[in-house]
Formats: sequence, structure tokens, C-alpha cells
Amino acid sequence: MLMLDILIIFMILGAVIALEVKDLLSAVVAVGAAGLALSISFLLLKAPDLAITQLVVEILILVILIRATIKKDLPFSTTGRWFFNTTATFVFLVVFLYFGYSALKDLPRFGEPVMRVSQFYLKEGLAKTGAANLVASVVLNFRAYDTLGEATVLFAAVVGVLAVMRRKGRKELSEPENEEEL
Amino acid sequence: MNLRMKKSYSQEPGMSLIVKVITRLTVGLILLYGIYIVTHGHLSPGGGFAGGVIIALSFIHLMLAFGKEEALGRLSKRFVSLFEGLGGLLFLIVAILGYKAGYFFYDWFVSKGKLFSLFSAGTIPLSYLAIGLKVTFGLFAIFLALITIKLKAKK
Repeated sequence: MLMLDILIIFMILGAVIALEVKDLLSAVVAVGAAGLALSISFLLLKAPDLAITQLVVEILILVILIRATIKKDLPFSTTGRWFFNTTATFVFLVVFLYFGYSALKDLPRFGEPVMRVSQFYLKEGLAKTGAANLVASVVLNFRAYDTLGEATVLFAAVVGVLAVMRRKGRKELSEPENEEEL
Repeated sequence: MNLRMKKSYSQEPGMSLIVKVITRLTVGLILLYGIYIVTHGHLSPGGGFAGGVIIALSFIHLMLAFGKEEALGRLSKRFVSLFEGLGGLLFLIVAILGYKAGYFFYDWFVSKGKLFSLFSAGTIPLSYLAIGLKVTFGLFAIFLALITIKLKAKK
């Protein structure tokens, strides 16, 4: 577990550097380093499915972010209704902390999981589904509703991105030298 | 981007000759690896989401190296949106076909097969195939949209 502690400290350092550094490209690279450490820690905790997914998604997001941040600064606004914004932030912080505290009291103690459902999956998973990868049998057979919901979320995200981008494209469609429309 | 060849390759879009040659060699391997991860999701770690992202990365790789027109010539926008919808529909069909025999996702129409063989585990490979299609073309569509907006902002 010493390795895991080192990785967690590395991740915290990467996140702090990503927040504090002035150059946007360096911030993106620091976020990528933190994600890589997260992937390795998933691997140390014996979750190879998650490790592969984390690594691959990290690469994709890094490519997109680098592509989006090069030669372009993101707008960062500090003016406006700062009093209202700060008050709302604190009020919601207090509300969330209160509900989080009262929800945490009902959880079982750390290290004493209630494993009745998981024991059933572990014992009967192979016989019921015939899948060698137990994660696949849980994700796509016992908990397939969750996966269907995730697929719907992804579909909604894609449709939302395309809709936002397309509206901008339509506005420019009236100009003469426009050939791209998505 | 800055390391372009002086005469013949400065006209073409995309990156330099070295990047293009390496891309031509590696992009097929990356695509094949993604397909392997998707189809072996029920046997080894990985699955539809991770494999789909790898396939989308191979398309993005092609696009970054050869420029937008070359990649869109092979893979048009209509094709991308068609397959994105097809993946979602296939997953829904797998769910609803199970309902015919009792409850959603009940795998009565595909046999479970032998353990550790490629065609086993009932509907799980089918569902992973659907999720892989969906993730691949969904992420690639997002990347296409972002690239197109970027180009417009430059003009």
C-alpha cells in the first residue's frame, strides 16, 4: 500500500500544479499525469477493466484538450455579481455537507461490507451467464439496466454537443464563404 | 505541425512526411487492437467502452496526421451518425428481445456456449458490440464537431 500512497500524493501534486500553473498546455499535461497515476492505482487495486478504460479515456481527453487549448485562451470572468455567487456557493456547500454527514452515518463501517448480493454474483455468475470475465457478466447481465442508462447518457451527451455546435454553424450559414456544416 | 517538408509536402494538409508514414503503418494495428478488446470483452479485461475509445482514437490519429479532408473522405459524417444510432438501437433490441421471454436482457435466443470460447456468454458479446459501435462513433462525432468549430473560429 506504500505504492498507492505515493501515487495518491503524486496525483494531488499533479492536480495542484494543473490549477496553479499559468500556461494552459502545462496544465493539460499535469492533468494527464494525474490521470495516468489514477490508472496505475486502479491496476494496483486489481481492477484491470477500470485501468484500461481510464488510460484510454485519459488519452482521448488529452488529445481533445490539447487540440482545444493550443493558441487559444479560455475566458475567465471574475467580474459580475460576486456577492450573490459567493453567498449561493456557501449556502449550497452547507446544505450538501449537512446531507452528506447525515447520509454517512447510516453507512456500514469501513472494511465491513455487507456482501450478500455480491456473494451471489461471485458464486452464480459463471453458471448463470457463461462469461469468463466476471465484470462483463455483472455489467451486461445482472446490472444491464445501469449499462443501458449509461449508453443513454452518452447518446444524450453526443446529441447535446452536436446541437450546440450546429446552432453556431447555422448562424454562419447565411454568410457566403461557408462550406462546413455539421 | 511546424516541421513541414519544404516543397512537395508543404501544400498538402496534415503533418509531416515522417508522421504520415508512421501513421500509415500503425493505424491498422491500433484499429485491430480496439476490435480485439471489444470482441473479447467477456473473456478478458476491457470491453465495449474501452475498445470503442481505442477505435475512435485510431480514427482521430488518422485525422490528425492526414488532415480533415482525407479522413472525412473515407468516413463521412452521415456514416458516423448512422452507425452511432445503429449501436444504440442494437443494444435496445437486445434488451427488448429478452422481454419476449420474461424480463429485459434475458438471454434466451443465444446459447451460452463453451467457457473461454469466443462465441459464448449469451448476449454479452452482442451488447458489447453495440456499446463499442456507439462509443466509437459518438466520441468521433464529438471530435469532428470540435474540430469544425475550431476551424470556423480561425477564419
